[in-house]
Amino acid sequence: MRWVAFVVFAAFLLFAAYELHPFGELDDSRMDDYIISNAQNETAANNAVTSVVFDYRGYDTLGEATVLFTAIAGALVVLRRVKK
Amino acid sequence: MRQDEMTPVVRTIAALIFPFIIIFSFYVIMHGHLTPGGGFQGGAIGASAIVMLIVAYGARNVKKKAKEESLSIFESIGGLVFVIVGIIGFVAASSFLYNFLVGEPLFGTIPPFGSNPGILNSGGILPILNIAVGMKVIGGLASVVLVMALAGGDEE
Amino acid sequence: MIYSIPFYTVIILILVGMYAMIFRRNLIKMAIGLTIVESAVNLFLVTLGYREGGVAPIYTNLPSGIKIPEEMVLPVPQALTLTSIVIGVAILALMLSLSIMIYRHYGTLDSKKVRRLKE
Repeated sequence: MRWVAFVVFAAFLLFAAYELHPFGELDDSRMDDYIISNAQNETAANNAVTSVVFDYRGYDTLGEATVLFTAIAGALVVLRRVKK
Repeated sequence: MRQDEMTPVVRTIAALIFPFIIIFSFYVIMHGHLTPGGGFQGGAIGASAIVMLIVAYGARNVKKKAKEESLSIFESIGGLVFVIVGIIGFVAASSFLYNFLVGEPLFGTIPPFGSNPGILNSGGILPILNIAVGMKVIGGLASVVLVMALAGGDEE
Repeated sequence: MIYSIPFYTVIILILVGMYAMIFRRNLIKMAIGLTIVESAVNLFLVTLGYREGGVAPIYTNLPSGIKIPEEMVLPVPQALTLTSIVIGVAILALMLSLSIMIYRHYGTLDSKKVRRLKE
């Protein structure tokens, strides 16, 4: 029974890879062209990837820091040792 | 030599190269707005330096110098700095996490357009956020590995 | 000359990871399978933003003769991959600490023997 589900899943993945766009040719990239052209004027940084992570999408980085804090707090609570 | 320590050769080399790894992680964190890198990458390098000390010296010897409570406080200070910088941007300018230091003399020279050797004084609020996230990642990963190494040590 | 080989590599890695998660009974092997699926999804996110013959979108010491927005790789998928890697690390830390507690309570790591809530 598990083999049937696995083979159907593999068939869906192979069909999806056949229908994707060819590697290296993009259709529409207007947002990234704007970000690359104006990152030095608006954020005063040389690195476009860091300015996307901390300035254009800084709210996502705040959410990721919260997820990291919650997971580490959960791991520390589970492995606490109670002194007798 | 107790059971969970390593031979003197391993202990000497680990104690010798530990400062260089910490300095390299601070270099990667501080130059996050000029070269590839940033807060998360430099924080992972710093956490792996502390994990190297845990492997070489045993978890109980490291627990005497750096307890889990002080590593948790180190992590929480990083999170607080992130939120406070965001609220300052909300109060002083238009929106949350607004880049209010562009043009100011602290971190705000605008680099010329095109290829240039990097200026360390630039970047707006990006270096402050890089340091905050680096402190958070170092404190979090080191404390989790320390607690796991202590949990498997003594089985009654 | 690449003919979309990275997409087929992603599919092979997803199938290997799903095989390890479905058909093995040890808890540590299930955790390793989940990490392999996580790595395959991160690779897929990065290869979505490739432009043929492009350089990294960093202006420090850029080699001369590069047209500024047309010959650079897209920066937004790289930012999404950074978030995904950190969340994968957090999930792995929580999974391994729960495995330590299960081993301490039941004495075994076989997933067919830890079904009932004992005591």
